Amino acid sequence: MFRKEIILPILTFVCIVIIWELITRYSGWSHQVFPSPLSVLLSLQELASNGNLLKHSVASLFRVSMGFALAVILGLPIGIVLGLSKTAKYLFNPLFQFLRPISPLAWIPLAMLWFGIGDLPAVFLIFLSSFFPMVVSTSTAVESIKPTFFQVAANFNFSRYETITKIVMPAIIPEVTTALRITITIAWLVVVAAEMIAVQSGLGYMILDSRNALRMDYVMVGMIVIGIIGLLLDLIMQLLGNIESTAWGRLSK
Amino acid sequence: MGTIVKIMSHIHIKNLNKSYLDRSPNTANKKDHRISVLENVNLEFEDGEMVCILGPSGCGKSTLLKMIAGFEKPTSGEVLIDGQPIEGPRSDNIFVFQHSGLLPWMTVWENVELGVRHLTDTEKKKSRIKEHINMVELTGFEYHYPHQLSGGMLRRAELARALAVNPNTLIMDEPFSGLDFLTHMKIREEVVNMHELIKKTTLVVTHDIDDALIMGDRIIVMSDRPAQVKLEQKLDCGRPRNLGEDKELKVLRDEIFFMLGVSYAV
Ligand SMILES: Nc1ncnc2c1ncn2[C@@H]1O[C@H](COP(=O)(O)OP(=O)(O)O)[C@@H](O)[C@H]1O
Ligand SMILES: [Mg+2]
Repeated sequence: MFRKEIILPILTFVCIVIIWELITRYSGWSHQVFPSPLSVLLSLQELASNGNLLKHSVASLFRVSMGFALAVILGLPIGIVLGLSKTAKYLFNPLFQFLRPISPLAWIPLAMLWFGIGDLPAVFLIFLSSFFPMVVSTSTAVESIKPTFFQVAANFNFSRYETITKIVMPAIIPEVTTALRITITIAWLVVVAAEMIAVQSGLGYMILDSRNALRMDYVMVGMIVIGIIGLLLDLIMQLLGNIESTAWGRLSK
Repeated sequence: MGTIVKIMSHIHIKNLNKSYLDRSPNTANKKDHRISVLENVNLEFEDGEMVCILGPSGCGKSTLLKMIAGFEKPTSGEVLIDGQPIEGPRSDNIFVFQHSGLLPWMTVWENVELGVRHLTDTEKKKSRIKEHINMVELTGFEYHYPHQLSGGMLRRAELARALAVNPNTLIMDEPFSGLDFLTHMKIREEVVNMHELIKKTTLVVTHDIDDALIMGDRIIVMSDRPAQVKLEQKLDCGRPRNLGEDKELKVLRDEIFFMLGVSYAV
């Protein structure tokens, strides 16, 4: 059986590896500059078996989870409040809209100054990268809830608490799961950059350190692992959105 | 000086006016340009009546119902229920929405439960929910989500949710619109039977004249926007009604068709 959705992506990757191999053979670049697929594969095996890869991946994942979790824990309720209250919206929305387009990387100098070196500045940068998108998409989702649902809530004498738990939170789940997917991707992008400063571990650090040692094969291993973990994170968020009770939005429309 | 006979009116609509700010592009720059939707509406409904409201599309029928439900405030005038002005939405005054008002993230059971969620006796609560789901023939669909139900089942489920509250007033906005012919007939019959059974004041907006003639104890015909009451007719004939045979109903039917701008009744 020819399954397009499985065969074709594999085909793409096979082609890329072939082109890569051809370049290393015939471009005239040295293997130091452009390592061959096989040497990268061997380095991957080496870094995997000596534990370095796991150590750095865990360090990166730890920082991402901390910053991302903090952003979600704070961003969701703040987004809900901004979506429900016009006063809160006018007070804080301009501030968030202003801060949002500032790249988290622009905060690096201040983050290092405020939080020193270690995990904290990196976690802070990841938090910044995730917090604003989380707030903005949550509040937009709340504002787009059908007025009918609030009328039902009023008709059945819902308390404020009930309106939030029985109407607002379930109503925004489809948009929030989408926001979580996008945000985790951004956070994962930022962690690598954040780890190029002020820390001695993580995949970003591993890449920077390998470059200093002129080991481009290690650099490539780092990039490949970052790609794979990014895919997995996205997949996890996607599965989260597929849980039946949370998928009403997609199913009903 | 005769004796004053006090009619027990359940719902009393007094000099009701409603206008909205006009936001259409050519008037947006003029401040305070308002579209009048309801103009000087005066109506009285008796306790337990089935009232059918007819009118051209966009005339303000939904707006009228929303004010009775307390979702919207009148621009002037007032709506009294049992002599008390309406302060806002209340659970003894349940609205059945034109496009489903079921909460899509809750099953049929959970939706029906909304109206009885404060009952402390869980056994009583369960049997009340069961009874109402059964009443609208949705037994077996308790754990289905709204998106898994057909149009007719959605109306039934929402009706069950409304009735489980045991409201004094039931407000239905075009409860049969968008249904196929047979489902329309069937649900209409169920609403009539339900009303015979519980005798609660029931307001039904419809654009189908036959619905009104079959169901109504009182028929209201509204004019084009701004909606005014064009005709108010109490129907004393019993039910079931036969539009083909009842002379009086036939005359009234032609009259309403004419009123709504159609000269040949179909
Ligand atoms: N919230 C609103 N803001 C502005 N105009 C409204 C609003 N709600 C209804 N209208 C207008 O009032 C008129 C009557 O609407 P509606 O009561 O829904 O009519 P219908 O008789 O078809 O139920 C329409 O012209 C509609 O555009
Ligand atoms: Mg309407």
